Amino acid sequence: MAQSPTGRRQAGWADPLFRVGTGAVAVLVIAVVLGILAVLVNDSMLSVRKFGLSFWRTRVWDPVAGDFGALPFIWGTLYSSVLALLVAMPVALGIAIFLSELCPRWLRQPLAFLTELLAAIPSIVYGLWGIFVLAPAVRTLQVHTPDALRRTPFFSGPPLGVGMLAAALILAVMVIPFTATVAREILKAVPVSQREAAYALGATRWEAIRLAVHYGRIGILGAVMLGFGRALGETMAVTMVIGNNPQVALSLFAPQHTMAAVIANEFTEAADALYLNALVEIGLVLFLITVIINGLSRFLIWRMVRVRPTRVVAPVKVPLAA
Amino acid sequence: MNTILRQTGHVRALALIATTAVFTACSGGQTPPSGQAASPALPGQGAPAADGGGADQINGAGATFPYPIYSKWFSEYAKEHADVRINYQSIGSGGGIRQLTAQTVFFGATDGPMTDEQLKSAPGPILHLPTVLGAVVPVYNIPDFTGDLKFSGPLLADIYLGHVKKWNDAAIAKENPGVKLPAADIAVAHRSDGSGTTYIFVDFLSKVSPEFKQKVGVATSVNWPVGVGGKGNEGVAGLVKQTPGTIGYVELIYALQNKIPYGAVKNKAGTYLKASLESVTAAAAASAASMPADFRVSITDADGKDAYPISSYTWLLLYESPTDKAKGKKMVEFMRWAITDGEAYAKDLGYAPLPDSVVKLEQDALGKIKVQ
Amino acid sequence: MPPDAFARRYRVRKLTSGLMTFLCALSVVVALIPLAFILFFVLRQGVPALNWAFFTEMPKPVGETGGGMANAIVGTGILIGLAALVAVPIGVTCGVYITEFKTSRLSPAVRFAADILNGVPSIVIGVFAYAIAVLPFKRFSALAGGVALGVMMIPIIVRTTEELLALVPSSLREGALALGATRARAVATVILPAALPGIVTGVLVALARVAGETAPLLFTAFNNRFFSTSLDQPIGSLTVQIFTYAISPYEDWHRQAWAGATVLIAAVLLFSLLARAVTRRLERMHHG
Repeated sequence: MAQSPTGRRQAGWADPLFRVGTGAVAVLVIAVVLGILAVLVNDSMLSVRKFGLSFWRTRVWDPVAGDFGALPFIWGTLYSSVLALLVAMPVALGIAIFLSELCPRWLRQPLAFLTELLAAIPSIVYGLWGIFVLAPAVRTLQVHTPDALRRTPFFSGPPLGVGMLAAALILAVMVIPFTATVAREILKAVPVSQREAAYALGATRWEAIRLAVHYGRIGILGAVMLGFGRALGETMAVTMVIGNNPQVALSLFAPQHTMAAVIANEFTEAADALYLNALVEIGLVLFLITVIINGLSRFLIWRMVRVRPTRVVAPVKVPLAA
Repeated sequence: MNTILRQTGHVRALALIATTAVFTACSGGQTPPSGQAASPALPGQGAPAADGGGADQINGAGATFPYPIYSKWFSEYAKEHADVRINYQSIGSGGGIRQLTAQTVFFGATDGPMTDEQLKSAPGPILHLPTVLGAVVPVYNIPDFTGDLKFSGPLLADIYLGHVKKWNDAAIAKENPGVKLPAADIAVAHRSDGSGTTYIFVDFLSKVSPEFKQKVGVATSVNWPVGVGGKGNEGVAGLVKQTPGTIGYVELIYALQNKIPYGAVKNKAGTYLKASLESVTAAAAASAASMPADFRVSITDADGKDAYPISSYTWLLLYESPTDKAKGKKMVEFMRWAITDGEAYAKDLGYAPLPDSVVKLEQDALGKIKVQ
Repeated sequence: MPPDAFARRYRVRKLTSGLMTFLCALSVVVALIPLAFILFFVLRQGVPALNWAFFTEMPKPVGETGGGMANAIVGTGILIGLAALVAVPIGVTCGVYITEFKTSRLSPAVRFAADILNGVPSIVIGVFAYAIAVLPFKRFSALAGGVALGVMMIPIIVRTTEELLALVPSSLREGALALGATRARAVATVILPAALPGIVTGVLVALARVAGETAPLLFTAFNNRFFSTSLDQPIGSLTVQIFTYAISPYEDWHRQAWAGATVLIAAVLLFSLLARAVTRRLERMHHG
């Protein structure tokens, strides 16, 4: 501890060392991210070289013939996530609005706590519920679907229970509490002055809410995209109810597959190098898609909540994406 | 200033308590309760690498087909040999082959023998050691029907190709005269993971249906034209049990243990047979005399009027020159026990014991493993 | 606007407001309550299955009833302990760097990297951990599982540390520096302790999250039906065990899967409550 009589700090080795030391660890974090990318690229080279761009267009996934195409998985991932979002978005927004604007004070804390708890439940538990409760329920629904609907491409196929519908529903169930929590944070960040101005001008309750939502629309979009990103990467709950059949199908009843699920199922068994590389390439695609979506959503949220939050409760509410 | 210091003091205390609580909860500070191999291991308090008192664990992975009997064997063997803990994970035959080749496990297990390419790409020569014989049965769950169904090979192939779509199809009725089945859709279940059970099943189907051979082929992981994928024998059994209208294929014991009805299959000689100890043994008997030296043989669609057509050996895979000689020695001793005393457990679990001639050949093969 | 038209318009607006408010409340009932129902369903299935054997015994051979998940519970504990050991030093130090050297060029890059890491799907982290912690050593191990979970925890801890350090009043930092402390000493003895409860909260939240992860453990820690605490051997975990049991056809295994899920939820709940209690304490301290 260098000290001169006048109190001026002398140049020493301690501060630069501190900077370099902590900086090294910071670089380590960057290195980890780059390392993930490096591993994914390196271990998928064989597949990338062999199939090139057609990998993303081919429907065939044939380990016997060594013919691999990622289209069914990309399709399944996007289809299930988009469906989930269509269901989850209005509901999550409704919950966020209720919690931040309409909720009576005594109810707020318990409901908010419930929402956060639901967002924290591990996906394997949802998967468990999915296998034993959701899939049979969906099956009953499928059995009782009127024949007229059955003939449309959206509802064709034998009633299995497991399939795209079950997967989309379970993803929606998982995404709702999470998106609601983040959206609520966004709405809380809307300045009170906005609402007060609205009421001062004679707005009804809903009109004031609409104004707040409009003010926070970019952040809310970011929240929705975070939820989307989480749905894209979800593995366990989906693989337990989606049927694990790599096909590109429009039907909600058809068993399909997702990128995360195929890696989970087949990674430990890919016996030859090409097979393994194909799986890692799927991982690479998944990585890139989620990075883009998450990056975009964080940017949007940051735009909205530009002032770094000085709220003390910040740590607990840190959005836990994916 | 005083307030700040006081606050910091409180903060420190709270933090200390919380952190201690978290880390105490996380440390493995428990003595192992009674249960499996009674190794006197006291968990090392955070010390890495110390493998808790002498017990040497051997890790293996592979087929789900023989998982019930392997888990019984490892458990029984550990009772008499407390120093041998064999941890087997049933991740599918494909997984067993892959992990063994990558040497992340010490032994593998598969019901689909390794191909020549797979053997070539392994770091060292691998031995196939037959352990038991088993059968793959077609299981089904048909609403309002609890009887026995008969299938022919070509019929099963057509169902799995997607040509036969309903339970009341004429093709099924032809094999089962007089049986009334509902007009429900057939939901086809197969394996989603690399599986020796799949290998046995498609091996049989390819032998009886040229279309199946051409469209799907034979391997541990194939491109199924239709159906839902379940993970492991357990997954397929679970799917069939849960979903009315489903047909699937599983190892016999999974059908028995879960009380799922399974059908009889027509063999080469034209007899409809349900899988059983006798019919599986008969299937092996024909080839026992001409067993190749590396034990890789297919006994599906065997000759003989008593032979069950979807039978197979299942193999344990070991390196001929393992890197860890001590573990190699323990595995060889275990194998010698398994193919002699262990076979007694096979019957209760629905597997057929190895023919005597095969056991003899195998004892010689085990001698080849370099454990010195 | 003529008075009656205004009044009419007003009625419509009032009605719309009432309707939308009702819909929002409905979404809570329609969504939140059934979601809570899932929670209660799991507890209802799981609690009866919890018994002493569940917590103390190992899994029995396939098909036999009984046995427990003792090894899996301890395994999860060990895994999250390892994860914390990996993530806390790295995450806190990184957070310190970002806060102390806000203006450096590295800072925004690190923050960006942490955000990316946060969004990487857990299965991809599993693939990464397999490549760096399993293949080179040719074995599945608890260590590899700990590394995978640790990598997932890092971004959460970085973010938490960063936000909390920013909350520490600058008077504290300035006071320490004015007294002649080096930067390192100021951080270590004054700033970090002030932020510690919040950081601990963040760690608890992160632990709760990784305790529930399954995908990254599938090919790192693998699974182990024996009781094991050695770090270089495969280790069982609550989540992987629940998965294995859930997709099986055995009723007894299903029963145990529910019990395992209940234990998992209880752990998450505990961590959550603990984190909340610490946060409330912190709130009181800064505002009281």
